[in-house]
Amino acid sequence: MSGQQQPIHQPASLQSYFIVFTILMVLTAITVYAGFQNYGVWNTPVALGIAVIKAALVILIFMHALHSPPTTWLVILASIFFLAIMLGMTLSDYMSRGMIT
Amino acid sequence: MSAIEETEHGHGHNKNLAHHFDTLEQQHEANTLGMWAFLLTEVLFFGGLFAAYTVYRYKYSAVFEEASNLLDITLGAVNTAILIGSSLTMALAVRNSQLGNSTKTGHWLVLTIIFGMGFLGVKYFEWKHDYDIHLMPGKNFFHWQFAKKAKEIHTKEHSHRLPGPQDGVLKDDDPSLGVKARLESEQARLFYLLYFCMTSLHALHMVVGFGIIGVIAWKAYSGVFSPDYYTPVEIIGLYWHFVDIVWIFLFPLLYLLGAHLGH
Repeated sequence: MSGQQQPIHQPASLQSYFIVFTILMVLTAITVYAGFQNYGVWNTPVALGIAVIKAALVILIFMHALHSPPTTWLVILASIFFLAIMLGMTLSDYMSRGMIT
Repeated sequence: MSAIEETEHGHGHNKNLAHHFDTLEQQHEANTLGMWAFLLTEVLFFGGLFAAYTVYRYKYSAVFEEASNLLDITLGAVNTAILIGSSLTMALAVRNSQLGNSTKTGHWLVLTIIFGMGFLGVKYFEWKHDYDIHLMPGKNFFHWQFAKKAKEIHTKEHSHRLPGPQDGVLKDDDPSLGVKARLESEQARLFYLLYFCMTSLHALHMVVGFGIIGVIAWKAYSGVFSPDYYTPVEIIGLYWHFVDIVWIFLFPLLYLLGAHLGH
């Protein structure tokens, strides 16, 4: 470790941040618009789908996951996995309560 | 970095490199991984509230939609935009620290705090209004009939006048309203309990963020960071973007739930 001034990671382009910002703003407008429509059972999937796309953009670009080592990806996938267990198992209980008897 | 900086132990390595790491890059990856692991626990922390929300929204979907309809979508959307803006300024702060622009890093961090405070400012007026129309959950405080009447007055008269004696608002447990209305009041109270818990836990994270970002900004202005050592900026960036992501989910789940019912 001698030549200290070379960056340890090349910064992402300025353009990529502004593009992501613009997409996030557009998706916010779309989600508000979609909220006022009635898609019946699809109301929630549409709202959550847009939110997942927005979250993915923030994670991949703003949080640099795209250029992160596999260990970081392990943690990201683990958090999604454990959240899915918590929500999935809980819902499987409540949604199946009326099925028996 | 404290022990390393204080002792003048000139054995020729970078002052920002801790002894137990071989290179600054290794140190950077270990530190950011630690932050991601912390965020994993945060996901599960907020996840508990999201799970509670999911269960009760599933059980009481009709009343949850009506209860959600009393929230101000415009203010919620404005706050979403403010928070996404603060994520952009944070990303630019991290980028400038990677490039070694210390002063610019500090400026972008300060701007991030200002956006964050703007968000909480809007939130204050929302909470104040929710309190005024008795949506704050509390055994003898929450008053669903009052809140619905306030909404009705707002829609019909376009005024923010609170219901008075002339409006004849009944108590939630008035016998003439029947059992159904009483259940509706209880379920709506549950929605607002979740609303206040989720939004205030989120706000608490922002307040904590202000303090840490403030310290990092001060360090940036003092020229502590360089292209080979900007890890603290990167890490506070991860934290702030996480807080943004929580709101990205809270906004549609809390505010837009009942929007299709019409205002």
